[in-house]
Amino acid sequence: MDSVAQRLSAVGASAALELRGVTRLFGALAALTDVTFTVRPGERRAVLGSNGAGKTTLFNCITGDFPPSSGTIRFFGEDVTHFPPYERIRRGLRRTYQISALFPGLTVQDNVYLACRGVSRGRFSFLRPGQNDALMHAADNLVQAVHLSAVKDQRVAELAHGQQRQLEIALALAGAPRFVLFDEPAAGLSPTERAELIEILTSLPAHIGYIIIEHDMDVALRVVESVTMMHNGRVFKEGLPQEIQSDPEVQELYLGGGHE
Amino acid sequence: MSLLQSTQLRATPPASAARRAFIRAWPEFENPAAWLVALILVIMPLIASGFFLIEIFGTTLILGTIALSLMFLAGYGGMVSLMQLTIAGFAAYMVAVFGISANTNISLGWPWWLATPMALALATAFGTLGGALAVRTEGIYTIMITLAIGAAFYYFTNQNWAIFGGHTGINTVATPHFWGIDWRTDIAFYYVTLGVAAICYFAVQYISRAPFGLALQGVRDNPRRMAALGFNVNAHRVAAYAFASFIAALGGVLQVWNYRQISPGSVSVGACIDVLIIAVVGGITRPIGPFIGALIFVLLRTFALDFLVRLGLDGNRFRLLIGLGFLAIVFWSSDGVIGLWQRWRQSQRPRTDRPDGGRGHG
Repeated sequence: MDSVAQRLSAVGASAALELRGVTRLFGALAALTDVTFTVRPGERRAVLGSNGAGKTTLFNCITGDFPPSSGTIRFFGEDVTHFPPYERIRRGLRRTYQISALFPGLTVQDNVYLACRGVSRGRFSFLRPGQNDALMHAADNLVQAVHLSAVKDQRVAELAHGQQRQLEIALALAGAPRFVLFDEPAAGLSPTERAELIEILTSLPAHIGYIIIEHDMDVALRVVESVTMMHNGRVFKEGLPQEIQSDPEVQELYLGGGHE
Repeated sequence: MSLLQSTQLRATPPASAARRAFIRAWPEFENPAAWLVALILVIMPLIASGFFLIEIFGTTLILGTIALSLMFLAGYGGMVSLMQLTIAGFAAYMVAVFGISANTNISLGWPWWLATPMALALATAFGTLGGALAVRTEGIYTIMITLAIGAAFYYFTNQNWAIFGGHTGINTVATPHFWGIDWRTDIAFYYVTLGVAAICYFAVQYISRAPFGLALQGVRDNPRRMAALGFNVNAHRVAAYAFASFIAALGGVLQVWNYRQISPGSVSVGACIDVLIIAVVGGITRPIGPFIGALIFVLLRTFALDFLVRLGLDGNRFRLLIGLGFLAIVFWSSDGVIGLWQRWRQSQRPRTDRPDGGRGHG
């Protein structure tokens, strides 16, 4: 874990994300119960768990899409528990959605441009971007990074599923992200697209940490250095990928008999 | 190296790229039909006189401007506001209250160049406040709240005599005279409405591609994701109401100059719904839609009477024709007359020309 220590000192904060006793109730149903964990800056972690384990609810609490019922969330030391989502995003938090949440009526370029504009000044600008607009160039570069340059003037509604998933990632990498939440980025991707996804994730700058929800263990365990296992809205186990994979309880619960 | 060479080889393309970008941003400039329409509109006083110039074309431009403010909110922001005519009516009342009219007990007698900015500012503030209420809701509840504001204003103007002149309203409102011109003479007033409508049209067209307009379309498509990109969605929606209110207020000022009076009948619930019909019939996907819708509405309102009487029906049933047209549009073309036009153009084109296999949109 040398690399983690290096990244830690480079960022200069003790924790990128710190959850203390986060609980989220939907009526009488507890989707999350007393979730406590810390992610260091630059750390890359997988959250595993079966359907209904509370993984996406966890993301929604961290970004503020749904605020937690109780508990506190700190982002780089700052208590963001009661912040609206856009304030958290402006501080460097990003996320992707399990079901692509894009702007189907706009072009690929405009989608990415909006993402770049959202985390910079001039969100209300009445002036069109010029030829040398810095954010336009930033958007161009992002479109290129996720291999969508060929379709950048197409409306998102016309894109194939895999391209929409790639755009979903591009939106989360706009501006200067410090920490990204990836919600099943590989869902529905072909093997080739999965390989591209792994390449995108592993080539992210070292100071950008992330949490990834991923059912495909082959993808998840190749792009993370730690794993949190969730079950019934609680943190069930934390550890290194190898430890989690070989843990008998985890195998019983999650991997089933298939890996025996 | 090859990159450098290729940029040196292309000494001229940047200019044409800029031209392409310009054409992409302003598609009207490469459309001969748009130039033709613009030319006809400019030389209209040579073709049409008196009645046609003001009652048909002037009124179309005014109603189109008010409906344009709804198109901006509904088409780009996904917010159907039924109070756009109310905001226009509020501006019209304020022109009459602050300016000069026959109701000397009400009007403050300010010159037009003070009364008009005041009316625009107050109406914009009024619309922004209404918008701030409406953005807390979505879909049908936005329609209900804005309709409630419209209805409340209508009944209020009916019953308030101190400021709004009760059900008789405010009459003989003064219109601007300056540079030796009476701006309410037919030709001068036609050019005033054309100028205001053109400025509003190009402003909406321009802003639709500026960060503010793009973000508004993002809010329309997916408000939750916009928040997850760093946008304050509600602030954006309120700002859209403010901008649309200003456009509606401009339309309202023109309206009171046109009729020289304002009364509750002009801000009735029926009139509010007419604006929705105009925008939907014309099409809310493009700024040109409301003007086409307004022209159809004004033509029907003016000539359907004679037409229906000739068929042996009650002439006052012109709304029946408008209603049937509205139903037809909603059934067959959710993007209005401009949608029908685009599909027809698409079907005329040879198959190979279609980039996306022919499915028309937007």
